[in-house]
Amino acid sequence: MKSTLVSSATDSSSPSRSAPPRRRAGPASWARGGGLSNLVFLLPTLVVFGVFSWYPIGRALVMSLQQTNLVTAAQWVGLENFRHVLTDPLLWTAIRNTGYFALLALVFGYPIPLVLAVLMSEVRRARGLYSALAYLPVVVPPVVAVLLWKFFYDASPTGVFNTMLGWIGLGPYPWLQNESTAMPSLVLEATWAAAGGTVIIYLAALTSIPPELYDAASVDGASIFAKIWHVTLPQLRGVLLITLILQLIGTSQVFLEPYLFTGGGPSNSTLTILLLIYDYAFGQSLGGDYGAATALSVMLAVVLAVLSAGYFRLTRKWAAS
Amino acid sequence: MRSTRKAAIVILSTTLSIGMLAACSSSKPAKSAAKDGKVKLTIVSLKPGSEKAAIATFNEQVKQFEDKNPNIDLVPKEYEWKATTFAAQLAGGTLPEVFTIPFTDGKTLIQRKQLADLTSQVKALPYAPNFNPKVLDAAQDTNGNIFGIPYAAYGIGLQYNRTLFKQAGLDPDKPPTTWDEIRADAKQIADKTGKAGYAQMTQNGTGGWMLTTLTYALGGRMEQTSGDKVTASVNNVQTKAALQKLHDMRWGDNSMGSNFLLDWGGMNQAFAAGKVGMYMGGSDVYTSLVQQNKINPADYGLAALPLDSSADAGILGGGTLAVVSAKASQAQKDAAVKWIDFYYMRKLTEQSAATLDAKTLADGKQPVGTPALPIFDKATLDKANSWIASYINVPLPQMKSFTDGVFSQTLVAEPAKNTQELYGALDPVVQAVLSNKNADIGKLLDKANTDIQNILNRS
Repeated sequence: MKSTLVSSATDSSSPSRSAPPRRRAGPASWARGGGLSNLVFLLPTLVVFGVFSWYPIGRALVMSLQQTNLVTAAQWVGLENFRHVLTDPLLWTAIRNTGYFALLALVFGYPIPLVLAVLMSEVRRARGLYSALAYLPVVVPPVVAVLLWKFFYDASPTGVFNTMLGWIGLGPYPWLQNESTAMPSLVLEATWAAAGGTVIIYLAALTSIPPELYDAASVDGASIFAKIWHVTLPQLRGVLLITLILQLIGTSQVFLEPYLFTGGGPSNSTLTILLLIYDYAFGQSLGGDYGAATALSVMLAVVLAVLSAGYFRLTRKWAAS
Repeated sequence: MRSTRKAAIVILSTTLSIGMLAACSSSKPAKSAAKDGKVKLTIVSLKPGSEKAAIATFNEQVKQFEDKNPNIDLVPKEYEWKATTFAAQLAGGTLPEVFTIPFTDGKTLIQRKQLADLTSQVKALPYAPNFNPKVLDAAQDTNGNIFGIPYAAYGIGLQYNRTLFKQAGLDPDKPPTTWDEIRADAKQIADKTGKAGYAQMTQNGTGGWMLTTLTYALGGRMEQTSGDKVTASVNNVQTKAALQKLHDMRWGDNSMGSNFLLDWGGMNQAFAAGKVGMYMGGSDVYTSLVQQNKINPADYGLAALPLDSSADAGILGGGTLAVVSAKASQAQKDAAVKWIDFYYMRKLTEQSAATLDAKTLADGKQPVGTPALPIFDKATLDKANSWIASYINVPLPQMKSFTDGVFSQTLVAEPAKNTQELYGALDPVVQAVLSNKNADIGKLLDKANTDIQNILNRS
């Protein structure tokens, strides 16, 4: 099987290698050959990407080397902004907190959707209802969800969660009001909010697993757990890798939850990298340090790009086999 | 046929692209003159989420102004000054042409050329020579040019909930007069009602703002100025004592409730909802408590903030400036000062304007007579209050302790340099003391002092 794959790959690449070199085409023949209309078709997309993505990225790169308040003329300061950010003690707090959030989200947020999806795919009746229920939190606007959860997390004994836990003799817990419980509380809400989307992806992937594999496993006398372990998970491997990298990128850029729940508190215990970027730019009413904010953004982007590239390189072989 | 269709697609596609580009380049300065020759002026209206009646009353005042000035077209925009959004609004150019800022930010914005010079327009106002020089200073550059009009001044007082006082068995007509009494009353409220006896703001710079207030009340200062050099002094004895008081109430008495992440809006909301017995806040906050939080007037009480016996002890004072965007045209600046004069100033200086304003507000069931500190002098303020006496609908007897006491208290201005950053750096300190029983106050303040000194050095 493997050898066939390898040889077919070689075959498919051989014709282009043996093809005669193409003649250099002039602008006129390029236009006649459809180049112009292709370009015109692409133009709206190029404009949208250019104006809303590439131009801001370019501006951010430039701004990270400047000191500006966006009103008076900007000054070039070289790498000063990067030096300032790297020597800011809050940066390391933010990195630590973001790493902690990502870790907790990975430990709790990553397996839960998978378990849910597998369970739901096993359900025979009313599967649509379960999918809808699982997806519901994604439909709730994130800001509304956070404000709702703020009520749930009310730290007084009469708060929603504390009342419920009180019935079984637990609590009251401080939730967001304590340096050690604030971050896990944020992760809990984030997991609830995001799980639905991932469940749908997994459910779609599960339907693409050939049923014969399960039949074969049944014939071999495999239990349900053996089927999941030996059939479902290996078949989902590609999707699992994609969702893992998406989640890592997503959690490295977590902003909404700390911003709305705690504003980075108590005492910077939920200050994340993106919140720090926001604080640099807009934290003080007048001291907008846009240079430091863009410098940290650029550094974050580079780290994430390297992380993604490295990750895909390491796992490409594994995912393809 | 084919080429016609192709041409159509090419034209469509090109038009789309140009249209999108055009849509993106809307950052042209707003047209100051509308087609009908009117001067168009965007102004701040009320805070977002204000009561319908308050908005209707405001619109009525806009109409009165436009009737008087038919060549000016006002466009009101909702606005609330917040440390976390102001910089973005300013940088993004989304502020109205006339907006309001705290005294704190006047000097810096003037220095950065972000405010319009209104010297000639302000000097033409009949009451211009009467401004309290200390108050007007917040709106002036070093040459004495005027970039804004101070229209409201406040001193911090002790806000308290009379209903909770009663429920706890305390006399609502005898609010605490020392910090020891505050602590004892807070504990009694917490024990008897289960609500927070005393609460403290901690977020978006308000943590530092209120810690500074408490420090002033105990006689300390956050910055020391000698010549041009400003030194941070937030690790002073009084600030340590202030945080120790909070620590003892939080961890010793458990009288500060369970929510320690409160900013100005969150605190007012919790107070109006009857969840907080006492907190420190500006003397003018009652208006907002009515307009935004529908407070029950019977609940409200305002007392003078207890001060330490030290000669340096005082209450933190501040105020609000009405200012005009630096991008405004000459005609807009003229119109803007006319509006500021009409809406913010006349009621302080002219009987007919004062009564019209008070009547309009009272008809709309909006607060009239909320305690303020003088922009000119105490005599002018008393006179203005006497004009509107028959319209006053705020429960003044419930604020007697404040109005009787405040004029004998020393008013201390906010820290002069990098004020908002200083406040921001102190937020985590206050949060740490309230959320971590073992927080090391001395260490936290030493670290904050170093951070603030770095900020001062950097600027």
